Parts: sequence; C-alpha cells; structure tokens
Amino acid sequence: MTDAGDAQRLTELLRANADSLIDRWVGEVASLLRGRATRTELEADFREFFAALLPLVGNDGKDTGAPEFAEIRSLTEEYSRARVRAGFTPSETASSVFSLKREVFALTENENDPELFRQVMVFSGLLDALGLLTFEFYARARDEIIREQSEQLLELTTPVVKIWEGVLAVPLVGTLDSARTQVVMEKLLEALVETGSEHAIIDITGVFAVDTQVAQHLLKTVVAARLMGAECIVSGIRPQIAQTIVALGIEFGDIMTKASLADALRYALRRDGVDLVHREVR
Amino acid sequence: MPPRSDGPEQIPIDADDDVVRVRQLVRTYAQQTKLSLVDQTKLVTAASELARNTLIYGGGGFARVEEVSDGRRAGVRASFHDEGPGIPDLTLALADGWSSGSGLGLGLSGARRLVDQFDLDTEVGRGTVVTVTKWKR
Ligand SMILES: Nc1ncnc2c1ncn2[C@@H]1O[C@H](COP(=O)(O)OP(=O)(O)OP(=O)(O)O)[C@@H](O)[C@H]1O
Ligand SMILES: [Mg+2]
Repeated sequence: MTDAGDAQRLTELLRANADSLIDRWVGEVASLLRGRATRTELEADFREFFAALLPLVGNDGKDTGAPEFAEIRSLTEEYSRARVRAGFTPSETASSVFSLKREVFALTENENDPELFRQVMVFSGLLDALGLLTFEFYARARDEIIREQSEQLLELTTPVVKIWEGVLAVPLVGTLDSARTQVVMEKLLEALVETGSEHAIIDITGVFAVDTQVAQHLLKTVVAARLMGAECIVSGIRPQIAQTIVALGIEFGDIMTKASLADALRYALRRDGVDLVHREVR
Repeated sequence: MPPRSDGPEQIPIDADDDVVRVRQLVRTYAQQTKLSLVDQTKLVTAASELARNTLIYGGGGFARVEEVSDGRRAGVRASFHDEGPGIPDLTLALADGWSSGSGLGLGLSGARRLVDQFDLDTEVGRGTVVTVTKWKR
C-alpha cells in the first residue's frame, strides 16, 4: 500500500477541479440511468463520496477492509443498498463508480507527467476495488431482501387465528418443510401464551404429506402446549395421510384427533362446558 | 418439470430446500404415472425420509427419479445417493425407533414399509444408495 502523500499531484488536481469533475460525473451517470435518478440526488451522493475518496488517493485499494476505508465503505454500502431497493441492476450500480474513472482520465490525459500518470493508474485500481465493492454490497442487500420476503411469506401462509374465546386454530397447507412447521409451531405456542387460550386446533386438511420430521414437530408442540396447560387437537387427517402415518410407525399416542376442524371446535367447546345445540326454527 | 420418458431425472440434495424439491419431483412423477392418492402419498413420504437421511447422515448427495415398467405395470423408482460414512449396522438402522441422532428412528424402517421394493446398498467409509419403487396397482 502506498502512502497517500505519494499522490500529492493527483490529489491537488482533483481538489482544484472538484466542482467541474463532479458535475460531469453526475451528468454521465444521470444519462446512463436515463432519468431514474435525479441530478440532485446523484450530486448529493457523489459529493459525499468524492470527499471521502480524496484522503484515499494514493491507496491502491488492495485492502478495502482497512480502517481508513471505513467511511467510503459505509457510503458505498448505503449507495448500493439504495440502488437495490430502487431496482437498479448491479452493473448500473457499479458503473456509477467506474464513470468517475473516465472523468479523471479525461482530466489528466493532456498532462505530460509520468509521475502523474503513475498516480492515475493507482487511483484507477482504487476505483476498480470500490466498484467491485458495490457488487458485493449489492448482492448482500439483495440476499437480505429475498430473505425478508420469504420470511414474510412464511408468516403470511401460517396464520394462527382465534376462532373462539379460548380456542386457537392453525390451518396448515401445502408442503410442510421443517422450517415452516417449526415457525408455525412456535407461533402457536406464543399465541397460546398471549391469548391465554386453553385449546389449540392444528388442522392438517391441506397438507400433502406428514413425514417423521413433521410428526416430530407436531408431537413436540403438543407436549409443550400441555406443559403450558393447553390441549392440542389435530384435525383433518385425511385417509391417505392416516395410512402413511400408520405405515411409518408414528404413534400419536394420546393426542386428541378429530376428523374435521368443526368437530375439533365442538370438542374444545364441550370441554369448556359450552354445548352447541340446534335451535328449533319456527 | 414434467418427467421425460427418455431417462431419469437427477437433482442434488445439499440443503433443506432440496428435500422439498425432491419431494415435489417424486410427486410429479407419481401423479404422471397415475399412482393412487394413497400410493402417491406413501412414495412421497418415503422420498422425504430418504432425502433427509441423505442430507443429514450422508452429508448431501443426489436423488434420481424415473418412471419404470416391469412389462406388466408402470411404477416410479427413486434412488438416493451419498458418499457419506455408510451405515455400519444395518439391523440397527432398520430397527423401528433407533436413531443415531435425535430423530424418531422411523425414517428408514418406515420408508421400507411405504414402498413395494426397497434396496439398500451401503459400505462403511464409501457411502449409501437407497432405491425404492412403487408400482401402479
Ligand atoms: N444415508 C445414510 N448414511 C449414513 N447413515 C444413515 C443414512 N441413513 C440412515 N442412517 C442411519 O440410520 C439411522 C436410522 O435412520 P432413520 O431414518 O430410520 O432414523 P432417523 O433419521 O435417525 O430419525 P427419523 O428419520 O425418524 O427422523 C440414522 O440415525 C443414521 O444413523
Ligand atoms: Mg431419517
């Protein structure tokens, strides 16, 4: 790594031409992004970036994890994240950095100074490294967004609903992988505490297959609920699932099972001393 | 992915999501071959168990699924391959309720009961291949 003092010539040149340089840089990127980011927005970002970059001139960017990169790293991260959210591509994001390189080349191309040329080369390496960094931050931010979205989806597809005073129900649907089963079961236990309910109905009418892992999650939930003073009822075990469970050798032991959600609700209410009766309609 | 008649389809088993994918692929084949709903569910459940064993104990591997025929009837065959530690004591592994981990110990023995044909090929230090077939009735 070279000392920043080595590149005094270039630093001075950049500082002296800062305004016009940033102006052309903003212009180039704005036209690249074709109006999807305003000049004002870009200018604010680029000024900040440029100011953080100046002390690093002379650094070849081989170690962007070094402490002196802290500020530029966080600016680059912020910029990349904002680009992800705004729907820009990774190359559009990186080219914002690379565009500055072109402007600096243009600024220095008529100078006939080998030392300045060397400094520009080092600077070019620095911008390459920062450009690559935008890719890294971009990818990370995108992964985070995807993870957030799939977690939200998980939450959405596994609602725990209170269907009666003291009775919660959770309808399971589709393919149960272990992550999802675990989320549902945790949510159910939490909801039992929050609502002080004494009955939970786990309805598996919409489930395609119950394997040992799903069964194990179910069994554990029932036991945990029981420890909390609540009773679980599993409803909607369809014939093909029942046969599979039996062939697998899973024992549901003394877990209460009911054919349908309605049967399960009727059972839970009766346990609470509520009887549902048909009224004579006159 | 629709099953093709020109050969088996192969997918990797390297993460939890892959187990779900294997299950879905087997299900597609089972539906295509028109297995009964009960048999579809049994085969898919067996595949789920075996794919998870491949992942957990075999350290990952791959599954192969194909439509087969014995001349009289059609069926679906799925095999699960890993290059993990192998199974040192088969009798134990196939016993109901025995698990070297924290499972119910029913996956392997249960899968055997869920299918029509069950072949287990394992060698300590080399890996394990489990092949199951379910025939259309
Ligand atoms: N592919 C494999 N490679 C190595 N060992 C295996 C493999 N498959 C199964 N085993 C061994 O056989 C044991 C029994 O397997 P099985 O699937 O019956 O039970 P489990 O996976 O422990 O629990 P469960 O499947 O009920 O959740 C496992 O605990 C493991 O020691
Ligand atoms: Mg298992």
